[in-house]
Amino acid sequence: MGFWVIRGSIAQRRYWMLAAVGLVLPLIGWSLLSATGIVNPVFLPGPLSVLGRVGTWYTNDDLLGDIGISTMRVVSGWALSALIALPLGLFIGTYRSVQALLEPLTDFIRYMPAVAFIPLVMLWIGIDEGAKIGIIFIGTFFQMVLMVAEDVRRVPMAQIEAAQTMGATRVEIIERVIIPSAKPALVDTLRITMGWAWTYLVVAELVAANSGLGYAIIKAQRFLQTDKIFCGIILIGLIGLAMDQGFRLMHRKAFPWLYARS
Amino acid sequence: MSTAVQCKGVWKTFGSGATAVTALQDIDLAVEDGEFVTLVGASGCGKSTLLRTIAGIETHNAGEITVGGIPINGPGVERAMVFQNYSLYPWLTVVQNIKFTRQLAAHTRDRTSSDVEVAAGRADALLSVMGLTAVAQAYPNQLSGGMQQRVAIARALMSRPRILLMDEPFGALDAQTREVMHDLILHVSQLELCTVIFVTHDVEEAIYLGQRVVLMAPRPGRVDTVYPVPLTQERSQSMKHHKEFLELKTAILERIRSTSGMKTDLELLQRLSRKTARV
Repeated sequence: MGFWVIRGSIAQRRYWMLAAVGLVLPLIGWSLLSATGIVNPVFLPGPLSVLGRVGTWYTNDDLLGDIGISTMRVVSGWALSALIALPLGLFIGTYRSVQALLEPLTDFIRYMPAVAFIPLVMLWIGIDEGAKIGIIFIGTFFQMVLMVAEDVRRVPMAQIEAAQTMGATRVEIIERVIIPSAKPALVDTLRITMGWAWTYLVVAELVAANSGLGYAIIKAQRFLQTDKIFCGIILIGLIGLAMDQGFRLMHRKAFPWLYARS
Repeated sequence: MSTAVQCKGVWKTFGSGATAVTALQDIDLAVEDGEFVTLVGASGCGKSTLLRTIAGIETHNAGEITVGGIPINGPGVERAMVFQNYSLYPWLTVVQNIKFTRQLAAHTRDRTSSDVEVAAGRADALLSVMGLTAVAQAYPNQLSGGMQQRVAIARALMSRPRILLMDEPFGALDAQTREVMHDLILHVSQLELCTVIFVTHDVEEAIYLGQRVVLMAPRPGRVDTVYPVPLTQERSQSMKHHKEFLELKTAILERIRSTSGMKTDLELLQRLSRKTARV
């Protein structure tokens, strides 16, 4: 009952039950497929062998090291993006003249495939850590700038005009109205772009890497270790999910007024 | 009585060239100290634009606006404005919203510690006058629309402005809440001794609140007629049924209709209904 009510609310318990079913069903389907042996395990390894692979990866290879270096690359590339995109987006979203100067250019570069920059990045930066961080940066930065600018533009004009009529200066309006007003949206933008940064990891680790989850996936392909490929993909997914949840928790803690209801 | 706000030959155009629109055409208007003036008119008559120009958040192309005899150049702390909605800061509590001006340089120059205490008392006084004491620590999105507008009014009054500019502040409220707000704003404006310029599209509201009702006409935006309201300064809801009130309301509504340029085309309506009848 109430299953197909458009935008209807459902009980907390039913929500979690459905969420669990949604997660467990594919897992069961996967187990059955591999257990019955319909599919060659080279193409589709079973869940148990993937799980076992986590163990051997941990004991024989440097699993924690791979996770660490990959996370470092993703977070560095993303943080570097944020460091430049936040102030730049703030300016684009606040001043029409800066928008005219920079937005069309950013829009243009945004459509260029980040992967195609790999040869250039290798030529310019080399093949060490900088290059990997550079790829992730190129993949996230241009999107991030535009999203930040949009967040800033969404600050209601009435909030800005109210401050103007109260005699606020330009700097005061930016510091005391625009930034606090846009902050929740900015945190969401950072959360979403963090996810994109992870998707560029494997691409970045194509560049002469010899460590990291993306590198492990590529190497496993060479040796037809399908279980290790599964393992790497699922690990990246789990780390991304954990970070996403971290951002969501921070959102709740930092902006109690958004969640406050009478 | 001296003049609080004076507009002399104020012109304002939006856009330029062939697409330019004259929003305000040669506006002459004087508002006396302590007066409550309401601006009404058909949509597009420039009543909001005039108010925003007096607030200093729109610039005029020609003419002069003086406040207390001094020409304005942008917003000023002696003029406060209340918007229709979305102007409160949702990340601040009610009391923090009201005290917002206290953090601004324009209000803190030459501030002494006794001023800070006075300000705290001022915020408390406004909370109690506006009936907000119980919700002082709540966030705006926890309040009803009427309560939110009380906060907006309190915030505007915090710095003791001489002039209060109100841009359809009760336009989004239901009729009952509106009546309560009407009596509240009349009470508060007399208590605070401030001059009020109030924009509305509701003629009844304009007459009930205003000592004068300024009727503006559209395309181009101009002052059409100024109606003195033949009621005592102390208003009560029962006055809305007085003969003078109803006569003035009829006269203003008629005038708005004839200036709006939008007449109900009876012939067209009849033709349309005949067509549907045939189908």
